[in-house]
Amino acid sequence: MLKITGVSRRFGDVTALSDVSLEIRQGEFFALLGPSGCGKTTLLRILAGFESPDEGTVTLDGDDLLGQAAHRRPVNLMFQSYALFPHMTVAKNVAYGLERERLGRAEVRGRVDEVLQKVGLETMAGRRPHQLSGGQRQRVALARAIVKRPRLLLLDEPLSALDKKVRAEMQLELKRLQNEVGITFVVVTHDQEEAMSLADRIAVFNAGGVEQVDAPVELYEHPRTPFVAGFVGANNIFEGRACSAGLAGEELGILPGDSGLPDGTPALLAVRPERIRLDGEDKGVLGGEVVDVSFYGGISHVSVQVSGRRQPVLVATQGATQVQTGSKVALGWAEGDGVLIPQ
Amino acid sequence: MTRSTGSGASVRSRARRSRALGRLVFLGPGLTYLIVLLLIPLALLISFTVFRRGRFGGIVYELTAENFTRLFDPLYLGVVIGSLRLAAIATLIALLVGYPTAYLIAQLPQKWKTIALVAIVLPFWTNFLVRIYAWIILLSGPGLVNSTLMDLGLIDKPLELLYNQGTIVTGLVYSYLPLMVLPLYAAIEKLDPQLREASANLGAGPVRTFASVTLPLTLPGVLTGCLFVFVPSFGNFIIPELLGGGRSIMVGNLIRDQFLKSRDWPFGSTLALALIAVLIVLLLAQAWSARRA
Ligand SMILES: Nc1ncnc2c1ncn2[C@@H]1O[C@H](COP(=O)(O)OP(=O)(O)O)[C@@H](O)[C@H]1O
Ligand SMILES: [Mg+2]
Repeated sequence: MLKITGVSRRFGDVTALSDVSLEIRQGEFFALLGPSGCGKTTLLRILAGFESPDEGTVTLDGDDLLGQAAHRRPVNLMFQSYALFPHMTVAKNVAYGLERERLGRAEVRGRVDEVLQKVGLETMAGRRPHQLSGGQRQRVALARAIVKRPRLLLLDEPLSALDKKVRAEMQLELKRLQNEVGITFVVVTHDQEEAMSLADRIAVFNAGGVEQVDAPVELYEHPRTPFVAGFVGANNIFEGRACSAGLAGEELGILPGDSGLPDGTPALLAVRPERIRLDGEDKGVLGGEVVDVSFYGGISHVSVQVSGRRQPVLVATQGATQVQTGSKVALGWAEGDGVLIPQ
Repeated sequence: MTRSTGSGASVRSRARRSRALGRLVFLGPGLTYLIVLLLIPLALLISFTVFRRGRFGGIVYELTAENFTRLFDPLYLGVVIGSLRLAAIATLIALLVGYPTAYLIAQLPQKWKTIALVAIVLPFWTNFLVRIYAWIILLSGPGLVNSTLMDLGLIDKPLELLYNQGTIVTGLVYSYLPLMVLPLYAAIEKLDPQLREASANLGAGPVRTFASVTLPLTLPGVLTGCLFVFVPSFGNFIIPELLGGGRSIMVGNLIRDQFLKSRDWPFGSTLALALIAVLIVLLLAQAWSARRA
């Protein structure tokens, strides 16, 4: 549906985007995930028509998008800062886009009411933006963007200003909305949990480039670049060279891993904390001393100092754990749980 | 130790006194200036309006309402309305020229903004009269404009560019345009560019975006700029005197003539009071609409 090919954009000597190619499918909930400053907003601005790329093409259902003026594109953007019109009421803000469409007054009214109800702001229709809380403003911005029923909806960090509870509610709301209206959603976020829970597929960005595009589970279980392994979820990362059994670390010896790489390739081995077993004292791959135990309710985190490695290894266990700080433990994991990533 | 035994209350009252003193130091010069140079003359001026004129200027302390009835003499009323008209035209032209200027300056990169703003206020660094005389030289019969047009063969004999209402408006616009541009610039610069983008994103073309987002949100700046141009234009007498050919066309000239030529201080004061009244009404209207926006 949306096809981005080889898009680059530089600002002076800052490269905001370099050779970005993505294909987003009809009706998909697609997330752009990456740290601040990696070019996510710039990509959305290019799609919306406020910025033009130095190179590359963008097509929507086969039609060239970059040649169209911003106000003619069938694309709506929910701004990171909301950009609500301060001199208009909530209802006027939401109706603004519909009034450009030569719809009857009754129809505009009906659609505005409907969408305000959807975002739970039907009682706020007469207020001005400055009379609303941050979360309410965010919902007005969302309502204003969806009321046009665009083919493609771009959301720039739509939930970042909300506190945790409202945010979880709004995530469900977004998901429900997307199922209901069948619009293709492209959501920018720097919150990986949000991306994981919402998106059908995620593109991980780093420094203007796409690192990996995959479904959330794939991304989590099989990171393909060192950046993704470090950025998405917690990971224990070991350095070394690939070998048939996994990774040959310089000081730690052979670590089990699912190797598909030629022997001797410099590689990283990533093991999720929840995949590591805390065994008795002598069976296991690595031995070490527990330096910290933290209880989080559902799970506990155990940090184990392993000789030959600077950072402690992080282990996550279900519920409360019996291990105590200072005790010696052995760590082990199944071969399939060690992911090898070429360096 | 000995100081801290002083009661808290006396320390506090000493602090309050010194704060009041501090305020007086800062307010003093401004207040003195206002009272001596504005309020007292204004009170005198208002009191003059109810007395008869002296033979050779000054006033005779006999109460009369004649000054106010004379105000509605078609002759004088015509001058007041004419001044309103000229000032309004000058304000409108300044707005039409000033808005695009301010808009473009607000879009410039930071460094160029500063340079452009300095260029806008640059004329104020030279003498006002000199600049008006320069217009006379430019527009006079053998002046630069006429001679250029004749050299180009566009006209045969010099055009009458000086001493008409158009010249006055030109002079007013020229003199007060910076006062229009600066508040407009401040208002446009403050406007979040994302609001315009949001408008475009929702399907509004440039014209619609200007009419429903940019203009309404910069309206306070528009009103301030209009007031800044209108006020000095309405009461102006130097520009109509020099560029308008010295006839009493604007109320400023009329007032000046009452005091210096006709020696009719009471009626001059009444005219001045009428001018102040019009301006106060305008100021109130501006304050009211700025608060609503
Ligand atoms: N208009 C601009 N002028 C100069 N630099 C810009 C501009 N827009 C973005 N950048 C730079 O491009 C990079 C990417 O920015 P952005 O797309 O906003 O990142 P993100 O949304 O991922 O946080 C940043 O380094 C930012 O400073
Ligand atoms: Mg951003």
